[in-house]
Amino acid sequence: MSAIPPVLRETVIEPATRITPRHFTDVWEYRELLWFLVWRDIKVRYKQTVIGAAWALIQPIATTVIFSMSFGRIGNMPSDGLPYPLFALAGLVPFSYFSAAVGAGSNALIANQQLISKVYFPRIITPLAAVLTPLVDFGIGLALLVVALFWFGIVPSLHMLWIAVFMLLAIATAAAVSLWVSALSVRYRDVRHVLPFVTQFWLFASPVAYPASVIAPRWRELFALNPLTGVIEGFRSALVGAPTVTSMLWLSCITVALLFAGGLAYFFRVQGTVADQL
Amino acid sequence: MDDIAISARGIGKRYRIAHAGGTNGTGMLRDAVANTARLPFRVARQLLSRRDDAKPMLPSHEEFWALRDVTFDVKHGERVGIIGRNGAGKSTLLKILSRITAPTAGRAIVRGRLASLLEVGTGFHQELTGRENIFLNGAILGMTRREIVARFDEIVAFAEVDRFLDTPVKFYSSGMYVRLAFAVAAHLDPDILVIDEVLAVGDAAFQKKCLGKMNSVSRSDGRTLLFVTHNLSLLEAICDRAYLLSEGGVVASGRTSDVVRAYLASTSAAGHNARIRSEALQWRGIVNASELNDLRSDSDITIGFELETGERDLEGLDVDVAVHNSKDEVVLHAMSRVVGPPLSLPRRQRVVVSYTIKSPKLMPGEYYVSFYVANYERTLLWVENVPAFTVTAASYFGVLEVISGIKGSIVPEFEMSLRRLAGVPS
Repeated sequence: MSAIPPVLRETVIEPATRITPRHFTDVWEYRELLWFLVWRDIKVRYKQTVIGAAWALIQPIATTVIFSMSFGRIGNMPSDGLPYPLFALAGLVPFSYFSAAVGAGSNALIANQQLISKVYFPRIITPLAAVLTPLVDFGIGLALLVVALFWFGIVPSLHMLWIAVFMLLAIATAAAVSLWVSALSVRYRDVRHVLPFVTQFWLFASPVAYPASVIAPRWRELFALNPLTGVIEGFRSALVGAPTVTSMLWLSCITVALLFAGGLAYFFRVQGTVADQL
Repeated sequence: MDDIAISARGIGKRYRIAHAGGTNGTGMLRDAVANTARLPFRVARQLLSRRDDAKPMLPSHEEFWALRDVTFDVKHGERVGIIGRNGAGKSTLLKILSRITAPTAGRAIVRGRLASLLEVGTGFHQELTGRENIFLNGAILGMTRREIVARFDEIVAFAEVDRFLDTPVKFYSSGMYVRLAFAVAAHLDPDILVIDEVLAVGDAAFQKKCLGKMNSVSRSDGRTLLFVTHNLSLLEAICDRAYLLSEGGVVASGRTSDVVRAYLASTSAAGHNARIRSEALQWRGIVNASELNDLRSDSDITIGFELETGERDLEGLDVDVAVHNSKDEVVLHAMSRVVGPPLSLPRRQRVVVSYTIKSPKLMPGEYYVSFYVANYERTLLWVENVPAFTVTAASYFGVLEVISGIKGSIVPEFEMSLRRLAGVPS
């Protein structure tokens, strides 16, 4: 047996009972696959739809029009000094990302069941890739938003770079929710029927159509437990000046961190046998 | 123990089959919530009633061990075969070794990169081009981008698809598709290669090429090979050692030829259910089992059944054979009565009754027979579920190809035509 290379990787296969550092190093080793799956989903998405990128524009524009008519005109909603359509669009662009990411991320294990039942790779790659893919549409929405800023006579400043920070929080939130729901939806098939309703509810529980300032002070902390509150308020403020980093944002970060850690633990616990249940 | 490539100790795998609704433990969240909510009441009722025969507290699941206490070692450079009937646990074992699913018990150590060809073309996307799929598939199988780039030309040459590299694979013929898929997998360059029945694909020339590749992978570079197939002659040609699995456990191991013999003995004698036995006529099994493990769907199938008569002469015998597929559907039924007069057998005699079924065009799969002998008065012998033969490749219009997506139990030969009628005025 002279042909044996001196160092061979050793893989230990055992019942999936506890979380080990190997769960994390494994994900790192398969990081290229993460990019390949994102690349695949983007490529396929824009190959299959005739109007391609136009979809990413139609949805926020249409919703902005509806919100402007109902909340803006009829409801006379305050909008933190911004023109209401711009205010609504600035909330809808990050929220659309979030709802697309959660929708795809939660369905990721089931959507990739062909792969999962045939090949090994860290299963967590699939929800992570699904959460990253809608960033392309988000980029298109952001370009639309910049055009809208100029349209309303606002010149964006360098403070806009803060958007990246808030989007990181949005990605983390979407990933945390996706970890929970994707793992749960393999075990319980009806979970995914509940999700669209939850997303709908989430839209109105977040300051998309209205500013957080309309919430009564004694409910503010409860309201800030929703991580999207910090994301959307911060995102919007970064468009017109220095963002306001309030204690509400820190509360959002803590919520996301806890949700993510829990989701990770649950996902790692079930990922070993996920292939049996698909 | 540096020369060990795979070391498995006490591997077990338990599946849960839920009684109602979904399989393998999937269910509905609403049921889980409802059951949890009812639990305190059930416990309370049980405590109050103090009866032993009270209902169990949790909904019952049927448990089933697909593998139990499987222990074995494979050394680097060894070529090891795994055989066993459908449901013996072969696929589960391969799934555990390739980490698709985790075991319920036990522990295995794998040294070196293990690549499995459980199904070629995994992760191919119809909308993407051949070039794009090579990269995607390579990444899914565990290659880095750099490795794929380095082997790209070799893969394309092996698959013979260079002219169609920038065509979406949905326009590929099934032969091209399989060649490309196998080419990516074959260039993984793993230390341990796990193969499950991939050789039933492609045309004869491509199969030969794949075999050559497998042999060079294992023989010249000292790679380890784990091979599952129904093609026993191929298994004997390639593997040094083999394990025989039955009902989730290893029941025989050693030199390939010995294990193959044990397997044939077990399939021809055991495993069947004798519904009716009698002293007058005894079942001795299928005599040509070794010829029946690798049939093509269009080949004639000849099965010989050995029988032994008792102390009396027998006459007026009708012999029936029914062939079942693995879903236990009868795919064909042959009666001796329609092809000739009833048989007569002298006492204390061993005979072979042979049936030749002309080109039945069965779909690839495992087939079982039921065998039935009766005279004018009564049924003398009735055995069921005898594993009989395996069809591994379907000849579809003269070409051996994968015919995935075709439903039904036979591979039809058919013609189609289009006839234009008069135009419809607008």
